Amino acid sequence: MTDMLLEIKNLKTHFHTDGGIVKAVDGVDLEIPRGGILGVVGESGSGKSVTGLSVMGLLGSRRARNAGGQILFKGRDLLTFNDRQLQKLRGSEIGMVFQGALSGLDPSFSVGSQLMEVIRRHQKVNATQARKIAMESLELVAMPDPERKIRSLPHELSGGQRQRVLIAMALSCNPELLIADEPTTALDATVQKQIVDLLVDINRARGTAILMVTHDFGVVARMCRTVAVMRYGKVVEKGTVQEVLENPQHPYTQALMNAVPRLHLTAAERAVPRPERRLFELTKNLPATPVQREEAYAPL
Amino acid sequence: MSAEIIANQTQQATQVPPAPKPPGELSGEPAPAAAASPARQPSRKRLALRAFARDKAAVVALVVLLLAVGGAILAPLLTSYDPYAGDSSRRLAPLFTPGHWLGLDGQGRDIWSRLLYGGRYSLTVAFVPVLCVFPIALALGLFAGATKSRLGGIAMRVLDAVFAFPIVLLALALAAVFGGGLGNVMMAIGITLLPYMTRVAYNATVQEIGKEYIEAARVAGATNAQLLFKQLMPNVVSPLVVYATSTMGLMIVTASGLSFLGVGITPPTPDWGVMTSDGSQVLLEGYAHVATIPGFAVLVVALAFNLLGDGIRDALDPHKQTS
Amino acid sequence: MIKLLAKRSSSAILVLLGVTIIVFFLVQLVPGDPARAILGNGATDQAVQSLRQQLGLNDPLVAQYMHYLGGLLTGDLGNSVNLGKPVADVIVPRLGNTLILTVAALVISVGLGVPLGLIAARYQYSIFDRLAMALSLAGASLPVYWAALAAIAVFSLALNWFPTGGMYNARMPGGTPDLLNHLILPATIAALVPLAVIARLTRSVVIDTLNQDYIRVLRASGVSEKSILWKHAGRNVLPPVVGIVGLQVGYLLGGVIFVEVVFHWPGLGQQLYTSITAHDLPIIQAGILFIALMFVVINLLTDLAVAFLDPRGEVAS
Repeated sequence: MTDMLLEIKNLKTHFHTDGGIVKAVDGVDLEIPRGGILGVVGESGSGKSVTGLSVMGLLGSRRARNAGGQILFKGRDLLTFNDRQLQKLRGSEIGMVFQGALSGLDPSFSVGSQLMEVIRRHQKVNATQARKIAMESLELVAMPDPERKIRSLPHELSGGQRQRVLIAMALSCNPELLIADEPTTALDATVQKQIVDLLVDINRARGTAILMVTHDFGVVARMCRTVAVMRYGKVVEKGTVQEVLENPQHPYTQALMNAVPRLHLTAAERAVPRPERRLFELTKNLPATPVQREEAYAPL
Repeated sequence: MSAEIIANQTQQATQVPPAPKPPGELSGEPAPAAAASPARQPSRKRLALRAFARDKAAVVALVVLLLAVGGAILAPLLTSYDPYAGDSSRRLAPLFTPGHWLGLDGQGRDIWSRLLYGGRYSLTVAFVPVLCVFPIALALGLFAGATKSRLGGIAMRVLDAVFAFPIVLLALALAAVFGGGLGNVMMAIGITLLPYMTRVAYNATVQEIGKEYIEAARVAGATNAQLLFKQLMPNVVSPLVVYATSTMGLMIVTASGLSFLGVGITPPTPDWGVMTSDGSQVLLEGYAHVATIPGFAVLVVALAFNLLGDGIRDALDPHKQTS
Repeated sequence: MIKLLAKRSSSAILVLLGVTIIVFFLVQLVPGDPARAILGNGATDQAVQSLRQQLGLNDPLVAQYMHYLGGLLTGDLGNSVNLGKPVADVIVPRLGNTLILTVAALVISVGLGVPLGLIAARYQYSIFDRLAMALSLAGASLPVYWAALAAIAVFSLALNWFPTGGMYNARMPGGTPDLLNHLILPATIAALVPLAVIARLTRSVVIDTLNQDYIRVLRASGVSEKSILWKHAGRNVLPPVVGIVGLQVGYLLGGVIFVEVVFHWPGLGQQLYTSITAHDLPIIQAGILFIALMFVVINLLTDLAVAFLDPRGEVAS
C-alpha cells in the first residue's frame, strides 16, 4: 500500500449544529495511487465535497470537527498538521479547483498578479521568473492569447477561461495531487467537456493524480479509473469505473445512474425540472449500508 | 407520481421565497435535514413568533418598551408629585434624596415624576408619526414600484430631492417653520419620515416583483389584485415593519433633540428633551443629574426600539427560523 | 472616468436646484408677514406695504424664486433681520468653522470605525467582536446632545481635561494648539454615532467578503491569512466601505448641529439655533441651504470615489 499517494482511512468529519451533530463524513476510506484519477460521486449532501475539503484542512466553519481517522498524504497524516504546515502544503503539493469558477478569482487583481502571488508564495523566485512560470501555467491549460490574458482583470474573461486560470493556479507549483470539486458545474456543456479533457491531458502529461468530486457519471466515465459512490457520509460502493458503471451492485448506485439525464426522455421524465429532487424521491427508502466488494477493488 | 412532484414544487415556490444561503456554510451540507417536506412545517407566523421568543435581546427590549409605556400611562399611580409644581427651597436636590430618589431639577420639580409624565410626550412623538406615515408610505411605495407608471416615477424623483437634507436638519427646518408644540412636531417628524419609509416600501416592491414566485403565481393565473394583496403586500410589509420599528428609536432621539433645541415640545411640558435642555442650564454649576437622567431614558428607549427592530427582522427571516 | 464625472456632477447640480426650491418654499410656509416681522408690530400698514414692494414680496412666487436663485448665484443671500448685516458675512466664516468640526469628526469616525469593523470581522464571535458590536449598537441609538452634556460633565467639569466650549480661549487665544484643545471633545462626540454605524457595517461587509469564493481559492492556494485579510479582502471592501462612510455623513452633520449648540462652537448649526430663536428667516434659510450643500458635495465626492475604486470601472447606479 506504500505506493499510494493519498490514503484516507476511516475519516470522520462532523458538524456541530444547533440541531445536533451532523455526520457529514462518517467513516470514509479512499485511496489514490500516484498518477491515478479517482471519481467520488454522490448527490448534494453526501459528504463528497466535505471529504475533499477535509484533505485540504479547509473546513473553515467553526462548527466542523474531525472525529477520527487518518488522511495519509505520502505517508504523512495531514490531520496532525498545524495551520502553517497546511498553508505550505496547499497550492504546492496539493492543488484544489472549486465549482463556481465565475467568482473564484479576486476581481480587484489581474490574473497574472494572482498567479504570481501563489507562485512566489511557494517557490523562491523573483518577479520575472514568477511571471515566466505563470505564463507556462496558462499555456499548460491551453489559455488562448496568454500574453494578453495575464494582464486581464477576471471580469474580462469568460467563465471557461476563468476556470482555466483557476486550474493553472492550482497547477502552477506542480502539485502531485489535484482535488477538483465539481469544477464543471455552472459552465456550458461544451466548455464542461473541454475542461474535463484538459484535466485528463494534464494527468497524462504531468502525472498529476486527481481526486474528482462530481455528481455526474458522464464525467466519471470519461476521465476516471476508479470510482467511489457516497451517500450520507459513507462510501456505499467503490471499484473500477468499468465494474461499477456496467454492473452496479448497490441499489443507490443504480438509482443514481438512472437519474442521469439521457437524451431520450419520456414526457413524464422531461416534466421534472430538477433531477436531484426526483433522485431524492427515488432513493429515500434505500439502505445506506455499503456493498461488500472490496476484493474487486484493486488499485491500478 | 411526477405530476404530484410538480404540484408540490409550485406550491413550495409560491409559499416561501427562496431563503438566501447563509454565509460561511459549505456546499456539502446534510441532505436529510434540508429535505423535510413543507406539509409538516408549522405556519410562518408560528415560526416567526417562536424565533422571536428565542431572541433574548429582543424580548428584553420589548419588556423595556412595555415598562416605559406602562410608566407613562400609569404615572399618577407611580408618583404623588406634580410634574409642574416645584419646591424652590430644595431645588437641585441630588439623587437619592429621601422622597425624591432621582432628585429635583432647577425649579425644584421631582425628576422621577417628570420622567414618567414626560414619557407621555416623548413616546407619543415617536409613535404617532410613524404609525400615520406607515399606510401612506406602503401605498405610495407599492404603487410606484408595482405599476412602474410615470406618475410613480415622478413621485420617487421628488422624494429623492428630500434626501439631499440630513434627516435631523430637515426635521429641524420643518419644526422651525411650523413652530413648536406637540402637533407641529409630529407633523414635522411625519413629513421627514415619509420619503424614507416610502423608499423602503418602493425598494422592497421592486425587489419582490423580480422574484420567481411572483412570476410563478402569475403563470398560475393569479389576478393583479391577488398578486398585489396576497403575494406582494406581505413581503413588502415585513421590511417596512422592521424599518418602522428601528425608526421609532431614531425618531425619539430626533424629536427629543428638537425639544432640546427649543423648536419641539415647549417648556414647562415635561418632555425628555425639554428636561435635558433645562438641565443643561445648570450643568456648568456642577449639577449633572438634571440633564443626564432624561437623556439616558431617551438612549435606553431608542436602543430598545433598535433591538426590537433587529429581533423582528431576524424572526421574519425564513432561514434563521429553522436554524 | 470623465464621462462619469460629468454625469454625476450634473445630477448633483439638479439635486442642488431641488434643494434651493425646497428651502425657498419652506420659508413661504412660515406663518405671518415677513415684512411685518422685520419692521415689528408697531409699524404702520403703509410702511409694511412699501417694504413688501421693496422686497418683491408682492411678485408671483415663481418670480420671487428666480430672484432668490439669481441672488444665490451672485453671492447675495439677503440681509439678516436682526444683525443688520448681509447674510453672507454672517454665514461664510461660520461655514469654515463647521467644516473644521465636520472633517475632524469624519476623520475620527472613519479612523476608528473601519479598523474596529475589520478586527471584529477577523475575530468574529470573539469577546472583542461581541463587545464592540454591543457598544456600537448602543452608539447608534445615542442622543448626541445628551452625549455632549455627559462628556462636559465628565471630561470638562469632573476631570478638567478639556474646556467646556468655544473654539478658542477667549482671554488668550493660542492658535492651533488652542483650537485642537477645544476641538477634541466636540469632534469626538459628533463622531460617535457615525463611528458606531461604520464599525457595524464595515464588519458585515468584511465578513461577506471573507466568505467569497475567491477567498477560499486563495486559502486553497496556501496564500497567508495576512495577505488574504489586508491585501485581498482589504482592497475589495474599499468601495462599499467608502459608500458606507458617505451614507453616514447625513447623521454626522445632524450630530454636528447639536454639538455646536452644546459646546458653543461658532458654526452654522449654532447660528441656525440662535437665528431660529430670533426668527431671523434669511439666516435660517441660508444656514439650511449651506448644510444641505455640504451634504450634497460630500455625497458627490464619495460617489465618485466608489466608482473610481470599483475594479470593474463600471457605473454602479
